[in-house]
Amino acid sequence: MYDAPGRTRRQTINPSDYLSAALLIAGAVFFLAGTLGLLRFPDVYTRLHALTKADNVGLGLMVAGLAVQAESWSVVGKLLLIWWLVLIAGASVAHLIASGALQRGIRMWKP
Amino acid sequence: MTLLTWVFDSLLGLSLLWLAWRALACPDLFKAIVLFVAFGLLMALAWVRLAAPDVALAEAAIGAGLTGALLMAALAKLHPTEAHDDFTVPPEKNVTKVWSWQWLPAVAILLVTTGLGYVVLSLPPYAAGLSTEVAANLAISGASNPVTAVLLNFRGYDTLLEIVVLLLALLGVWSLNSASLDRKAAPGIVLDTLARLLTPIFILVAAYLLWVGAHAPGGAFQAGAVLGAAGVLLLLAGWRPRAGLMALPLRLVLVTGPATFVIVAVLTLLMKGQMLEYPPTQAGVLILILETAATVSIGVTLAALFLGGDPRKNNRNKNQT
Repeated sequence: MYDAPGRTRRQTINPSDYLSAALLIAGAVFFLAGTLGLLRFPDVYTRLHALTKADNVGLGLMVAGLAVQAESWSVVGKLLLIWWLVLIAGASVAHLIASGALQRGIRMWKP
Repeated sequence: MTLLTWVFDSLLGLSLLWLAWRALACPDLFKAIVLFVAFGLLMALAWVRLAAPDVALAEAAIGAGLTGALLMAALAKLHPTEAHDDFTVPPEKNVTKVWSWQWLPAVAILLVTTGLGYVVLSLPPYAAGLSTEVAANLAISGASNPVTAVLLNFRGYDTLLEIVVLLLALLGVWSLNSASLDRKAAPGIVLDTLARLLTPIFILVAAYLLWVGAHAPGGAFQAGAVLGAAGVLLLLAGWRPRAGLMALPLRLVLVTGPATFVIVAVLTLLMKGQMLEYPPTQAGVLILILETAATVSIGVTLAALFLGGDPRKNNRNKNQT
């Protein structure tokens, strides 16, 4: 499980490797933007907005990039299941934090 | 590639040290708990880098997830009126005052750290440990995952004691406090839907982890932690079990794991003369039975710990008044 089975196979770079790399880098860009937003945005609501972009799109692109490399369809299914669970949990928790903040009277940032 | 992994590992190690320091030094307890959870997640990543996925799973599920939830519940009980008003950083006051009496634990920690450092440095630079012996005896252990073989067979009494420790912790919590079984106010449709949607998935994942533990990373503690997380989610969503289930049924479920272990230990002691030494032909079945009982007990114990008190005491008082 831990010795990479692709090590001998991947001496040459396939077109699928380029696709995978492009998807992973695009996902990393979303994670970077989400992290920057979490650190730099002015209040809890805008920070949540930044965070969900990283969780939803960034992780989706990462999952797509890894699914291209997957050895079997069951691995693709597990990856999609992980993404789906993070989507549901992320959206629900963001909603709960935002409604909690509203209930405590935290005002929205106005430029 | 080695340079990249070296940089990654160094960053990981430094982040762990920094997070641990921040979690200890932070005067705001809420922030300290969040930092502790972040520390647990990075610690799980460190275990993955050390090729120990079993420990990584346990660390992520118990160390970061459930301990974080328990600490949050404890914090909510410490300040029932003083709610956390906002998500802004409070002014860091009282730091100097706190320092004045902290030299004693600091000295104790320094002594322990020095002792641990001495032990680590006095170890031989390379040692195979017991892994070759485990590998040699894996065939008769009843499990093809060496971690499960060690935890449930070769060192089964360690696991027995760990489960008893968990039960003792719950007894301690119960002796200190009572918990209300009144249904909490409607938690909102989002949390309610989330709990209803995720609970069956949690149960499925727990069963999968339990089953897969025989030949891959997984096992009773990881599966029990997932079950416990399902319980925590249900309790957060306002669900409370019926009071009738709290008296005998709850206690029976809580002791199922330790009791099964003790029964198997006594039986093997009587039949083979050695505690928890399974006959090789039945070892697989025995491990599965033990792990199933342990999983249920661990999950219910963790959820009961989150409830934070004896659910029967409160009921009894109410009946009297």
